Amino acid sequence: MRIYLDYNAGAPLRPEVRAAIARLCDADAANPAAVHHSGQRARRALEQARAQVAQLIGADPREIVFTSGGTESNNLAIAGAAQAHPARRIVTSGIEHSSILAPLEALARLGREVVYVAPDREGRIAPEAVADALDAPASLVSIGLANAEVGAVQEAAAMAEPAARAGALFHLDAAQAVGRIAVRVRDLRCDLMTLSGHKLGAPAGIGALYVRDGVAIAPALLGGPQESGLRAGTPNLLGAVALGAAVEAVSAALEEESARVGALSERLLALLRAAIPGLRLNGPRSNRVSNTLNLTFPGVLGESMLIALDLEGVEVSMGSACAAGAVEPSHVLLAMGLGREAARSSLRVSLGWNTRAADIERAAEIIARVWRRVRAAEPADSDAANGGGSRGADSSAEAAR
Amino acid sequence: MSARVLVAMSGGVDSAVAAAILRERGYDVVGVAMRLAPEPAAGARRRASCCSADDFEDARRVAERMDFPFYVIDMRAEFGARVIDNFVAEYLAARTPNPCVMCNREIKFARLFERAAALEADYVATGHYARIERDALGRYHLLRAADPAKDQSYFLFTLGQQELKRALFPLGAMTKGEVRARARALGLANADKPESQEICFVPDGDYARFVERAAPAERLRRGRIVDSAGHTLATHAGVHRFTVGQRRGLGVSAPAPLYVREIRAQSGEVVVAPRAGLGAAGLLACDIRLVDPAAAGAAPIAIDARIRYRHPTLPATLALEEPGRARVTFVNREGPAVTPGQACVFYRGDEVVGGGFIERAL
Repeated sequence: MRIYLDYNAGAPLRPEVRAAIARLCDADAANPAAVHHSGQRARRALEQARAQVAQLIGADPREIVFTSGGTESNNLAIAGAAQAHPARRIVTSGIEHSSILAPLEALARLGREVVYVAPDREGRIAPEAVADALDAPASLVSIGLANAEVGAVQEAAAMAEPAARAGALFHLDAAQAVGRIAVRVRDLRCDLMTLSGHKLGAPAGIGALYVRDGVAIAPALLGGPQESGLRAGTPNLLGAVALGAAVEAVSAALEEESARVGALSERLLALLRAAIPGLRLNGPRSNRVSNTLNLTFPGVLGESMLIALDLEGVEVSMGSACAAGAVEPSHVLLAMGLGREAARSSLRVSLGWNTRAADIERAAEIIARVWRRVRAAEPADSDAANGGGSRGADSSAEAAR
Repeated sequence: MSARVLVAMSGGVDSAVAAAILRERGYDVVGVAMRLAPEPAAGARRRASCCSADDFEDARRVAERMDFPFYVIDMRAEFGARVIDNFVAEYLAARTPNPCVMCNREIKFARLFERAAALEADYVATGHYARIERDALGRYHLLRAADPAKDQSYFLFTLGQQELKRALFPLGAMTKGEVRARARALGLANADKPESQEICFVPDGDYARFVERAAPAERLRRGRIVDSAGHTLATHAGVHRFTVGQRRGLGVSAPAPLYVREIRAQSGEVVVAPRAGLGAAGLLACDIRLVDPAAAGAAPIAIDARIRYRHPTLPATLALEEPGRARVTFVNREGPAVTPGQACVFYRGDEVVGGGFIERAL
């Protein structure tokens, strides 16, 4: 039996989602834009899903645009806002998801000025720092509400006013926050918000962008008039219905489930701390999504731990994978000021709806055992493990035999 | 529970076939591919060893087909410090290094063994063409591959008893043709692609340019090209551009072809001579490793010496001197040009006795 602890990368399908998908498959739904009966049936299903998503975040259904996922939502928000709003400056932080950082880099190459607000050592972005970065007219502020790597939840509401004063649209990437904490767009006072389906137990390939009523952004995909003209193409009805079902399941027990998962995380952390001297939790102690533990394991390479754990049936993650499949240290941890060595010794453990108490007891035992073995076999405090800086004088001297 | 083996997979067919064979034999195979070479500079041409989704394609395919786990691991820092830095330092010191030997010694059969222990693997396997035999006394012997055209035992002389005990070379008894047939049966797309002869981190083969980019300009040893009598024939841009025995690219015109006979790191002088003046009577080697030190005596023994990969072996006498050093005397007094920095590997029949790095010609 494998123990899956990588919910921040994607949650397993919820049973409610499977059931909703099966029902829709049996219903012979057609293109929701079609005039006939089958089209109308599809349209009802699509609009019901939209209402479910809207309700979860306190939005109006007309403010929900279905997309192919978090990455598309972030790209639509950023490219759409930049196209519609000419002010040069865009404010973000260095700990954002690649689907925020990469489109912003592209905009920077086109002449926009992207300001990266630095997080503190725990991954928190100070609203004052965001305000300071908004001392010139700006088109967009784009911030992750909950950080995917360390779980820090930002004081987003306090960033809304400085953003508005600078004339900027305020975009929140809530892919890692929705379903874990209460997320209300009116309280957060954002203009745009990203949601991702597969973080919630729907399949990958569906997501949504909240676009506040009255906010104008340019579409990224051009074609038919679907999704208020912001996302052309026949909607992914199966995905939307799955997302609606996932959202429904999440909303039904958000507080209890969040408390349950939080208690399991705390239990795991306590067990690991007792077994692993020097274990460090990265990220803030409070104001965090309770399912995420980012841990620095002393004296080992995270890469070795990751593989050893996988061979023992415990599935966690580290940083991001390069195109060839090798893991790289997390850019979030580096931006938070962790050394390269510590970042290379860090793993992310993330829990979710199907994590059980017994999984946590077993995972703690396996993680502690694997850590002891890896540290003994392959200590990582050698010079070579320091990463980038190893091509120095010492190694040359040694190489000179 | 079956023994676990960590198979170093390069992305080529050899290691993919090696992994498949071990899986068929019932081992608990864990495939790993190592990222070794640094990222190419922006704009450099695409190459096999940089990071892309196509890398390790054959390795992935065989892992999927044979249903074993496969991981890409990042050894760039270690490879940079222990192989590339050494490669550059050797060229700057007027020697001609063999980074594949270094990679085997420092990465595949050192760091990868540590990783194997971390992953509770009992063995490390590669797609090298060489054989390991265990005798009745429990000693391990490193032998040439069954296919002489593919034999890679030269690159493995640094392995001692501890390494051989835990190493597996499943291709050692096979011919290249047999391996290619297996690769085709496994559906590997590249079963028939020619192997790369280049050093993986210098894909264009231009070692001089690589050294010039990696080393600070003040460490490049410029100097003169001189004849045996010390007359200056030309100047040159650095000793790293030369290797003993080299004929092309000297920038010197002479009635008879001239070859590099000696490179003097201190003075920066490159000594050239006609072919007749090139041959050595033997060599001194350092950093000697013996496959089975317990079996080696003090008395000189008759061996066949291989002074570079693909060079035919030469009958010689091996005398071990002070620890870690050896004198190799060719039976045929006028031997070939000997290139400092290259590995000299000692064979007795099919067996690798050991080897070292060539310090100088005798």
